[in-house]
Amino acid sequence: MIDIGLGHYLGVAAILFTIGVFGIFVNRKNVIILLMSVELILLAVNINLVAFSSHLGDLAGQVFAMFVLTVAAAEAAVGLAILVVFFRNRGDIAVEGVNLMKG
Amino acid sequence: MILQAAAFWLLAGATIVSAFCVVAARNPVRAVLWLIVSFFSAAGLFVLLGAEFLAMLLIVVYVGAVAVLFLFVVMMLDVDFAELKQGFLSYLPLGGLVALILAAELVLVGSVWASAEGAAALRAAPMPDGLTNVEALGRVLYDQYVYFFQAAGLVLLVAMIGAIVLTLHHRPGVKRQNIARQVGRKPSEAVELRDVKPGEGIGE
Repeated sequence: MIDIGLGHYLGVAAILFTIGVFGIFVNRKNVIILLMSVELILLAVNINLVAFSSHLGDLAGQVFAMFVLTVAAAEAAVGLAILVVFFRNRGDIAVEGVNLMKG
Repeated sequence: MILQAAAFWLLAGATIVSAFCVVAARNPVRAVLWLIVSFFSAAGLFVLLGAEFLAMLLIVVYVGAVAVLFLFVVMMLDVDFAELKQGFLSYLPLGGLVALILAAELVLVGSVWASAEGAAALRAAPMPDGLTNVEALGRVLYDQYVYFFQAAGLVLLVAMIGAIVLTLHHRPGVKRQNIARQVGRKPSEAVELRDVKPGEGIGE
């Protein structure tokens, strides 16, 4: 309980990751919560990278966590833009209707 | 040591509980607010790990930009969110089972992890002594990983252009001022104002 090591951080990241996957399962209809679950999964990945970086004394992990952060921000921006366009075309954001968009 | 452990358990618990509230929340606005709490606590964990710069980056990028973007979109879309929540209970057992198995597997793998002999010599960017986290990170990022850094900038540029192209749309049938047409019109196509006396009309 007192000695906090690498395993504790990996455990937190693992639980966060599974919560993200769980959120994708149970919120199948709500695209906004789906995107938030993806953000949670990416956060878990970042915790893993930073924990290993700190444990091994290797800065490369933190650099890569930064790149994951970049990609996550870009993904959120484009995903929400697609969501706004989808809402404008259909008037709702139900995932079941998404396949109607194919050409 | 005790203080550090207490901080870890507090921040880890806050991260996990708020993450669970994100996926279980009925109202998406609340989900976004819980997401902010989760990111904040994760930033605290990063500080505990000695990655101060990434912690601040997490707050600036995630709380300041991504979460606010989510909040904007949630409030902008006029959607009946109660209806979207309907499948929640039917997917709960299977989703919970898959999540439990996944968590157990991940924890099992993580608990038997051990560093190989000589792994310390293979480090890509060993942490230098006597430098702050920001300085050490900057030296590695602008030196060893400068091309990746540029590529990350390009990713953000493409995402920005993509988001603008996707959401920009011109509504047909809206009358807008066209200054060039306004200035370039000729007297022959203009309307002239005449003072007409009663009972006379306009004599051409």
